[in-house]
Amino acid sequence: MTALSRLSATTVFRLSVLYLAAFLLLGGAIGIAINWLLNRAVTSQIAQTLEAEAAALERTFANDGFSGLTQAITERSRGAGPGLYILESLTGTKIAGNLDRLPPTLLTRREGGLFRYVPHDRAAKDPRLAAGLLVVLRQRGRLLVARDIEDVRRLAERAQRLLLLALGTLTLFGLAFAYLISRAIMRRVDATTAASLAIMRGDLAQRLPVSASGDEFDRLSTSLNAMLARIEQLMVGLSEVSDNIAHDLKTPLNRLRNQCESALRDPRGGPAYREGLERTIEMADELIRTFNALLAIARLEANAVPEGMEPLDIAAIVADIAELYEPVAEEHGMSLALTPPPPALAPVRVKGNRQLIGQALTNLVENAIKYGRGSGQPPVGADITLAMALTGRSVEIVVADRGPGIGEADRERALRRFVRLEASRSAPGTGLGLSLVSAVTRLHGGTLRLEDNAPGLRIVLALPIAEGSEGPVAARP
Amino acid sequence: MRVLLIEDDSEAALFLQQSLRENGHVADIAGDGEYGLAMARDTNYDVLIVDRMLPKLDGLSVVQTLRIEKCTTPVLILSALGDVDDRVKGLRSGGDDYLTKPYAYSELLARIEALARRSAPDEVATRYAVGDLVLDRLSHKVTRAGEAILLQPREFRLLEYLMRHAGQVVTRTMLLEHVWDYHFDPQTNVIDVHISRLRSKIDRPFDKPLLQTVRGAGYMIRDGAE
Repeated sequence: MTALSRLSATTVFRLSVLYLAAFLLLGGAIGIAINWLLNRAVTSQIAQTLEAEAAALERTFANDGFSGLTQAITERSRGAGPGLYILESLTGTKIAGNLDRLPPTLLTRREGGLFRYVPHDRAAKDPRLAAGLLVVLRQRGRLLVARDIEDVRRLAERAQRLLLLALGTLTLFGLAFAYLISRAIMRRVDATTAASLAIMRGDLAQRLPVSASGDEFDRLSTSLNAMLARIEQLMVGLSEVSDNIAHDLKTPLNRLRNQCESALRDPRGGPAYREGLERTIEMADELIRTFNALLAIARLEANAVPEGMEPLDIAAIVADIAELYEPVAEEHGMSLALTPPPPALAPVRVKGNRQLIGQALTNLVENAIKYGRGSGQPPVGADITLAMALTGRSVEIVVADRGPGIGEADRERALRRFVRLEASRSAPGTGLGLSLVSAVTRLHGGTLRLEDNAPGLRIVLALPIAEGSEGPVAARP
Repeated sequence: MRVLLIEDDSEAALFLQQSLRENGHVADIAGDGEYGLAMARDTNYDVLIVDRMLPKLDGLSVVQTLRIEKCTTPVLILSALGDVDDRVKGLRSGGDDYLTKPYAYSELLARIEALARRSAPDEVATRYAVGDLVLDRLSHKVTRAGEAILLQPREFRLLEYLMRHAGQVVTRTMLLEHVWDYHFDPQTNVIDVHISRLRSKIDRPFDKPLLQTVRGAGYMIRDGAE
């Protein structure tokens, strides 16, 4: 495609041409109308003049007779004015006047008309235009009263030419303007297209060009750039996650493989195979758990669970989890306390998914049991505290331990998928626990804070209290 | 037990058929929803295992159709989708239990055995007895060899569930689901700890242990003499 045909295919160019055509049509119509009106005014003025003069001369003829009229015509013909006259006898011979002959076209037209004549007194011998009115003199002859309108004609002609010239110039300028505008817009669109092609080819760091003018193109580009930045961020996150997935799944898969190999090599044979296979199944289960957790987080982040939301008593869930994990903590040589203790835990209604909230709290408590072991002297109070408190329109569930905690710099990172802080590398786990808690919290419109428990980690999960929380709460075991 | 397996993944279906056969059950396989529905109408099965994603007619529609036709055969729905919502939808459409893929065979076996038992009308029992252990559901009292055993409410429910399925394997996830109503996989040995507490109350003071650990599967309560 040539540059011009490409241009003419642009919307801006087409619109400009359309606009121009409409403009020309209207301009032309106005010009023609003005011309017509002027023409009519001039014509009627000439007609009036001729009629007045004819009447005056008829009066002269009536008062002074033919000779008086002849004298008057001769006098008038001498003047250098625009008046043209010819007086003829009944036989058609010229008696007086400055015209050579009576134009035959006017003989039959009582209302007068236009004719051409060649003046004697001018150097140029071009025929000139005149308008004339025939006066028939009873039994004596006829008189033509006429007026030279060549100048008026020329003026009108010039006006017409001017109009055409103006329209032509407008057309040219309009086309040039349309071309320039479309080219300017094309350039910007081309730049944007080029940038988006580059992005399509995979260069996600590419941005659409933004000029300094801040016009609508810039606004569009700016918002598209913001979108691109978000996409790039997500893609980077995604590829980071895929890297982590690949890495975190490779490690257990390798372990699994080694496990099988060493079982096969074991000289004990049968019983060793059995043990090996059993451990293999355990490892496979661990992998499946990791996949399930990943899938769950992905679904939560896509907000895929709005249907499972119902009003529920968060206090009951907190009490459940405390009851469920108290013996587990004890088995790990730790104590778990619920504050306030169960009977004082008044129902608090939250709109949410019992399974997801339960899972989130489970993850937090399991983390506390895994990593929250205090070192040195026994702690004041319990090793792990599960607490619930109302703050305005939200309820805060706190899981606090007495372990090493998480340094301020690492807190943000700890919520990310697969991030396992150095201190916890050796402990079993998928590295997805806190990410899941974070995703569940976001889904419920809550916030998750990691704080210093001095010493230890204090995780605060704040959930909005449901409207009208005084109502009944679905009773669950 | 006669099982109908409606599953389009033939490898998984054959593996399941083989495993069920080894456990003394008979399993028929239907490769798509329509065929499965026809087979379920023709034959009286003890349990239906229905995959959610099936060619021709999806699993939930199969179950819904059967329920509309007043078929009461217990159904276990298998699904690759693991959401809480999916589970709710599966149970709402008439499934009796829901298992997310991938699953352990022992888990599936325990669940269909529990389902097949459920269809037998012994649900209304107010009193369970295993050996000399007796649980009274009305008075909430547990005795062993005539001695009263004091249990926490949750321990009572745990024992109740185990005794209702006496002689059957009950998996950890089944216990978490039915006793605590949580449907996720705990990372820690949380159920084992609760079982061990229960065991210390009902078994330790006595000669014969009733609550047994089934390796690689779960727990079972039964009178060893049975």
